[in-house]
Amino acid sequence: MDNAIVATRPHTHETAVAAEHEHVALPQHRHHFETKEQQREAATFGMWLFLLTEIMFFGGLFFAYLLYRNWYHDAFVVSSNQLSIPLGAANTAILISSGFFMALAVWAAEVQKKSLLVIFLVLTTVFGVAFLGIKAVEYHEKWEKHHIPGNHFDVSEFINPPVNPKTGKLTEKPLAPDMAQKTQVFFFLYFAMTGMHAFHMILGIGLLFWLTWRANRGEFSAGYVAPIENFGLYWHFVDIVWLFLFPLLYLINRHPGY
Amino acid sequence: MSEFHDPSNVLNPEHADHQIITPATYGMVFLTLLIFTGITVGAAYVDLGIFNPVVALAIASFKAVVVILFFMHVKYQSNLIKLTVAAGFFTFIVLITMTMSDYISRAWGLW
Repeated sequence: MDNAIVATRPHTHETAVAAEHEHVALPQHRHHFETKEQQREAATFGMWLFLLTEIMFFGGLFFAYLLYRNWYHDAFVVSSNQLSIPLGAANTAILISSGFFMALAVWAAEVQKKSLLVIFLVLTTVFGVAFLGIKAVEYHEKWEKHHIPGNHFDVSEFINPPVNPKTGKLTEKPLAPDMAQKTQVFFFLYFAMTGMHAFHMILGIGLLFWLTWRANRGEFSAGYVAPIENFGLYWHFVDIVWLFLFPLLYLINRHPGY
Repeated sequence: MSEFHDPSNVLNPEHADHQIITPATYGMVFLTLLIFTGITVGAAYVDLGIFNPVVALAIASFKAVVVILFFMHVKYQSNLIKLTVAAGFFTFIVLITMTMSDYISRAWGLW
């Protein structure tokens, strides 16, 4: 019963299609939904409710950022300039590409092109992994510079900033020792926010492997696209979080004068 | 047809017809997102004073709206889904504003 295709209205087009695809033993139409459109909308609705909890969850982190950035503005300016704009911008482009291929994967599922669907899911995964690879490079740099909050955090560079050999000027505004300690707050938020974002991507890549395997078996090539569509919503949501993390962490404190 | 249901609601539900968005549309969205990523990076190197964060966040919000409307299909969804999405962001803004009500009454950024 669980996996049977239940026809609520006999002699309809849907029933005929379902009969044609009898080998697909999937819950394309659960018995408690009147129409397949209703079932589809219920799935989308449920997915969005989950994403709203995610908005609240990431929203708490963004709120902490908003508040501490105003409390410790100078520390946030200097530590934000430690992040590499080229790496961050490249990662933004990579993540947008990943989202683009995910959108194409939804399209391929809808028009029932199995091999295209598999290709697009693989491309989504490849770009997702590339993003995490660059993130790992950035994390490693923070490790080497002792910019991970904790006992080994090094504030000397923020109290005595190095001199730019070309201009002969300081690369950053020197911070008082107590403000320099607050650069740890920035880096704590940096690791909390990008770390939670990366954790979502790791989960997403795991789900992508599973979906690719199922897509390769032809499970989404007969009109049943809800898992692909709802995973697409999740993946795009994670993209959106990064679209805000990138300017907030990397961009808004640049001061061309220094 | 079950007599416990309103047949008109079943046969004529208010949901929008399922619309397949073409790869051409996705391509346009993709290009828009890449172009605005370039613009936001460029704007970061220009000293706009207090408007640097404003411009950066405005561009990020624009990109997010484009993703939500097209990649996430919200433009083509039923009113139920549109209202659900809007309610989430609205609730989030209420929570932020209420929590900030003390801070925004202080000398902002001068503590």
